[in-house]
Amino acid sequence: MTNKQKPTIVWFQAITCNGNTHSLLSANSARLELFLNSFDLIYHPSLTVDKTLEDILNQKEKIDYLLVEGAISSNKDIFALKNSTTNDLLNKLALKANYIIAVGSCACYGGIHKKFEEDKTISGIKENINEKILKNLKHEIINLNGCPVHPEWILQTLFTLKAYGKISLDKEKRPIELYSTLAHHGCTRNEYFEWKIEGSFGEKEGCLFYEQGCRGPMTHSSCNKILWNDISSKTRVGMPCIGCTENDFPRNDMLETKKNIGIPQDVPLGISKRAYLSLTGIAKTFKIDRLNKKLME
Amino acid sequence: MISVAKEIKKNSIIENSLKLFSTKGFYNTTIPDIAKAMKMSVGNMYNYFSSKEELAKYAIKYSTNVLAKELRNVNEMEITSKEKIYLFTRRYLQNVTKSPEVVEYFLRVYLSNREVFNQGCEGFICVGEFVTEVMILLDEGAQNKEFREQDFFPAFAMIMGCLGGFAFLSGEKVLEKELLFYSDAVADNIYRALKYDE
Repeated sequence: MTNKQKPTIVWFQAITCNGNTHSLLSANSARLELFLNSFDLIYHPSLTVDKTLEDILNQKEKIDYLLVEGAISSNKDIFALKNSTTNDLLNKLALKANYIIAVGSCACYGGIHKKFEEDKTISGIKENINEKILKNLKHEIINLNGCPVHPEWILQTLFTLKAYGKISLDKEKRPIELYSTLAHHGCTRNEYFEWKIEGSFGEKEGCLFYEQGCRGPMTHSSCNKILWNDISSKTRVGMPCIGCTENDFPRNDMLETKKNIGIPQDVPLGISKRAYLSLTGIAKTFKIDRLNKKLME
Repeated sequence: MISVAKEIKKNSIIENSLKLFSTKGFYNTTIPDIAKAMKMSVGNMYNYFSSKEELAKYAIKYSTNVLAKELRNVNEMEITSKEKIYLFTRRYLQNVTKSPEVVEYFLRVYLSNREVFNQGCEGFICVGEFVTEVMILLDEGAQNKEFREQDFFPAFAMIMGCLGGFAFLSGEKVLEKELLFYSDAVADNIYRALKYDE
């Protein structure tokens, strides 16, 4: 089913829970169809394809887009595929690639696997790819952070690269178009945030920033603008944003707000703590009936 | 735009009214009393404040902002949180010695005539700058593990109750020694109540 006209994609899975694959497969069906018609997904270990990983490693043709899901280790005792380390396989594949995209937090920075204390070699792909290979790529490595990454972010990045050959990145090497705004933007709980009304896990009402650990006001992500399954997001269903698109993910105690003497340790991006506390103290003095009631009695 | 001259005049009215309010009380002080102290006509007074209530609200903002500035200055120093408590306590008590009317006003008018401040001075609105500085002091102390974890309000009340209470004792003239003699002992009590438990 290869078609020379279409750019080829190889999806390599390293140390992963498959979350990003699940995410890709839950993309809007029309968009997924368009994607499959526009690109040639020549290899994905979870899908029925004609080639094996060995075929890919042995082929002479270049890979247009190498998508990597999962963390990388150079320790064979910890994790191996076909008797090779993920570091070894990644470098062999990277040598053939024009573009490399880290799909998900584990591929970007090591993610949750990096917390595994018995092996200090686990990290993201950038730390594992040979410097010389990086110079031969057509583009610097693109990080699609997220746990998992939104399927539309993968598709949008690929379509942009297909059309223009490049994409603008922020300092974390994430596409600016997708990561310039905060998860807070578009959050349906913003009015509760403004008036400092706390909510509870799983409920429709209230802001999850004050007690539940929500990182929406300090997390670069478009989760509340490009909705999941076209209709939802974590915060819309009462789950705090856990900041999975940032490089410090996963943090400890992600579902509680770290406080010092009752004062949130981290405040929204771009505001000084002094100014934030000053505003908070005043906003809290207002009691707005509408916001203190259940949305549906 | 408010002119600088008008602002200076407003502040001077506030300073005079603080003295009158703190000695005679809010209801026993009239606009003519303040005008007399200012050597101004009653009519002219209304060019600055539309009512006695408005003046009272400006006065609480003005007087707590003086303290907020002191505490902000201490907060911005590169010293330990313990040292900040000692320094702030000293400056607070120096303020009480220098301008007793400021704290007297807080204790005898602001805390005792809440109905005057119900509209427009609810909660922290008029004392926000000062409360914010106390928050910063506590937050930084807890972050660098000098202060223990506790709710904000008990910690806040520990500091302000202690300082306010001492200013009250001074106002009642029951202290045996001059106010500043007690500064380090008061600061020590505050610090011990806040300090980090191993």
